[in-house]
Amino acid sequence: MGAISTSPPRRLRAGRWLREKLFSSVGNSITTLVLLGLVIWLGGKFLAWGLLHAVWGQAEVSTCNALGGQGACWAVVADKWRQMLFGVYPGSEQWRPAAAVLLLCAALIVSALRRFWRWRLLVAIWIAVTCVDAWLMAGGWGLAPVETAQWGGLPVTLMLAVYGTALAFPLGVLLALGRRSQLPVVRAVSVVYIELVRGVPLITVLFMASLMFALFLPEGMGFDKLLRAQLAITLFNAAYIAEVVRGGLQALPKGQHEAAHALGLGYWQTQGLVILPQALRITIPAQVNSFIDNFKDTSLVIIVSIFDFLYAVKQAVISDLGWRHYFVEGYLFAMAIYWIFCFAMSRYSQWLEMQLNREQRT
Amino acid sequence: MSGVRTPLWATERLRHVAAQAALIGLIALLCGAAGFNLVHNLEARSIRIGFDYLGQEAGFDISESLLAYDPANSYGRAFLVGLLNTLFVSGIGIVAASVLGLMIGVARLSPNWLLARLAGLYVESVRNVPLILQLLLWYGLITEILPAADQALKFGGIFLSQRGLHLPWPEPHAGWSAALLGLALAPAAMLLWQWAAARRGSVAPIWPRLACCALLPVLGWAAFGAPSEFSHPVLGGFDFEGGKSVSPEFAALLFGLTIYTAAFIAEIVRGGILAVPKGQTEAAEALGLSRAQRLRLVILPQALRVMMPPLTSQYLNLIKNSSLAVAIGYPDLVSISNTTLNQTGQAIEAITLMMAVYLLMSLAISCLMNWHNRRIRLIER
Repeated sequence: MGAISTSPPRRLRAGRWLREKLFSSVGNSITTLVLLGLVIWLGGKFLAWGLLHAVWGQAEVSTCNALGGQGACWAVVADKWRQMLFGVYPGSEQWRPAAAVLLLCAALIVSALRRFWRWRLLVAIWIAVTCVDAWLMAGGWGLAPVETAQWGGLPVTLMLAVYGTALAFPLGVLLALGRRSQLPVVRAVSVVYIELVRGVPLITVLFMASLMFALFLPEGMGFDKLLRAQLAITLFNAAYIAEVVRGGLQALPKGQHEAAHALGLGYWQTQGLVILPQALRITIPAQVNSFIDNFKDTSLVIIVSIFDFLYAVKQAVISDLGWRHYFVEGYLFAMAIYWIFCFAMSRYSQWLEMQLNREQRT
Repeated sequence: MSGVRTPLWATERLRHVAAQAALIGLIALLCGAAGFNLVHNLEARSIRIGFDYLGQEAGFDISESLLAYDPANSYGRAFLVGLLNTLFVSGIGIVAASVLGLMIGVARLSPNWLLARLAGLYVESVRNVPLILQLLLWYGLITEILPAADQALKFGGIFLSQRGLHLPWPEPHAGWSAALLGLALAPAAMLLWQWAAARRGSVAPIWPRLACCALLPVLGWAAFGAPSEFSHPVLGGFDFEGGKSVSPEFAALLFGLTIYTAAFIAEIVRGGILAVPKGQTEAAEALGLSRAQRLRLVILPQALRVMMPPLTSQYLNLIKNSSLAVAIGYPDLVSISNTTLNQTGQAIEAITLMMAVYLLMSLAISCLMNWHNRRIRLIER
C-alpha cells in the first residue's frame, strides 16, 4: 500500500478472487489449504462410499453384505421405500396416502404463493383439501375403510405438522391478544398458559396426552391415539405461535390503536380490522420458521409409538434382521426428506422476509 | 359520555367484569369436570393418588448414575438420579455448544471464502433435520459401526468400542480433589483479577491471567502429594473394567445436542456480530488491533448484549431437548419417570413431577439470564 504502482496489467478475475478470498494472508492461506485437504479427504471418502462403491436399485442383501462396508447399500431404500413412506398402510391401497401427501404439498405450495393470499380463498382451499385427504386416508364412499391405527409414514407427519399449526393459529392469536389485554384475569390466564407450555418439553405433553388424558374424560369416552397426539401438538404450538404474534403486536406503533379508537371502533373491531392484519403480516416469516420447528418436532411422536415418517423408517429397517445393518442408509434417506422440506421452507421464509421488507420501505 | 345515560349493564366496566367472571367460570367448570372424571376413573381402576410411591423400592437398575444407586433404593432416589443425569448432560452440552457455536458463527463471517462456506454448510445441514433423527443416527453409529469390545480401537490408554469410550482415570486421592478445587476456583480468580485491575483503571492482560489460573489446579495437585496413580481400563469378559467409561448413550446424546444446538447458536453469534455498527470495527482497526483482538475486545462484548436473550432460549431448548434421551435409552429425568409410571401406574404424579421440574429449571435459568442481561445492558447517558 502507499507505493505508487504502475497500472497493473489486466488480471484474470478468478486470480484476484482467489487471492482476496482465499490467500489474503499467510494465516488465511494455511487455513485454506488445511480445509481444502480436509474437504477433499472427507468428501472423497463419502463420495466413494455413497456413490462409487454403492449398491443402487433393487438388490439382494447378500450383494450389500459382499461390500463389507466399503459402499453404501441404497438397495435398502429401494426395497423398503413404500414401508418407509406409508408405514403399515395396506399395500394395495398405498396410492391413497401418496395422493394425500401430494395434495397436502400442493395446498402448501398454493398457500405460499402470494397471489392466493386471500383469507376466504385459502380457508376454502384448505377445507376442501382436508375433506378429500380425510376421505383418501380413512376410506368410505367407495374406498375400502382403513383405521387410523394403520396410518403411517409421511402423510401422518405432514398432517400432524400442518393441522398442528393451522388449528393452533386461532388459539395462538387469542392467547397473544389475551397477554396484552387490559383485563387482569384474561392476562393472567394467557401468561400462565404460555409460560407453562413453553417451560416444558413437548415429550412431556405427548406423554400427558397418551397416558393421562383418558383419566380426565368420562368413563368409556375414548379418543383416537393419533387424534390425542394431534391435540397435544396443537395445544403445544399455540403457545409458541402466541409469542410470535405478540412480537408482531408489539412492533405496531401505538398510534394505530389510538387512531382506531378515535374512529369509534370497539375492541374486536380494532383488533380485527386494524391491528391484526398488520401485525400478522409482519410475522409471516417468523410463522414459517415456527412451522419448520413444528414440522421437525412432530418426529417426537415416535416416543409414544405413533407411526410417523421417522418411526416408519426406523421400523422398516430395524425390524428386518437381514437389512438392519444398513440403518445408516435408511436414516440418511429420512434425513434427506426432512431436509428438503425444511430447507425449502426456510429459504421461502427468507425470500418472503426480503420481499415484505422491500414493500415496507417503498 | 354525553347526556344519554348508559344503562348499567352496558358500561364498559361491567362488561369487563362479566367477561372475566365468565372466563373464570369456564375454567372452573372444565377443571371441575376433569377432576370429577379423574376421581371416578381412579376409583374404577383402584389407583390411589398421592406421592407415597416415591418412598417405595424402585426395583429397576439404572445404567449410569452420579449418585450411589441400586435397585433397592426408592423411586424418589431414582428420580433424583434422573434429574442429575439431565442436569449433567445439559450442563456439559451448554458449554460445548456455546464454544462450538461461537467458532462456527465467527467462521461464517470469516474473510476466508472456503471457511465461511463450510460453516454455512454445517448450519444449513444440521438445523434442517430433526434432532431425534440425528440422535438415532449417532447412537446407531456408535453401537453398530464401532468394533466390539474385544477389538476396541486403541489410542494410547484410551479404548473406543461399541461399549463406549474408556479412559484411564486418576485413583481417588486428596491431590486430585485439590486439583479439581483449583480448577473450579480458576474462573473466580480470573474474574477477581480483572475486577481488581478495573478498579485501578487498567486492563488485566489476558495471557498471564490465563497462565496463572491454569497454575491453580497444578499447585493444588502438587501441594497434596502429587499423586500419579491411574486406574486403567482393562478388558475383562465382555466389557472393560477400571478407568472411567463414557457410555454410548451419553456420548450420542451429548454429541447430538451439542452439534444441533451449536448450529442455532452460530446463527445467533452471526446475527449479534452483524448487529455491531461497522464503525466499531473501523475504529478498532484504526487503533491497530488485529482481527482476533478486534473480535475479542471490541466486537464480541458488544454483540453479547444482542445475543443474550436468544441465547437464553437456546440454552432452555437444549435442556428441554435433552428429554429426547428417552429415545436412545440414556437414563434422564423423562426416561426414569417413564419407567416409574409404567411400574407404579401413578401416571398423573409422575408426569406432573417431571413437568414441574422442567418448569422450575426453565424459570431458574430465565431469572438468571434476565439478571445477567440487566447487568450487561448498555447504560446510556
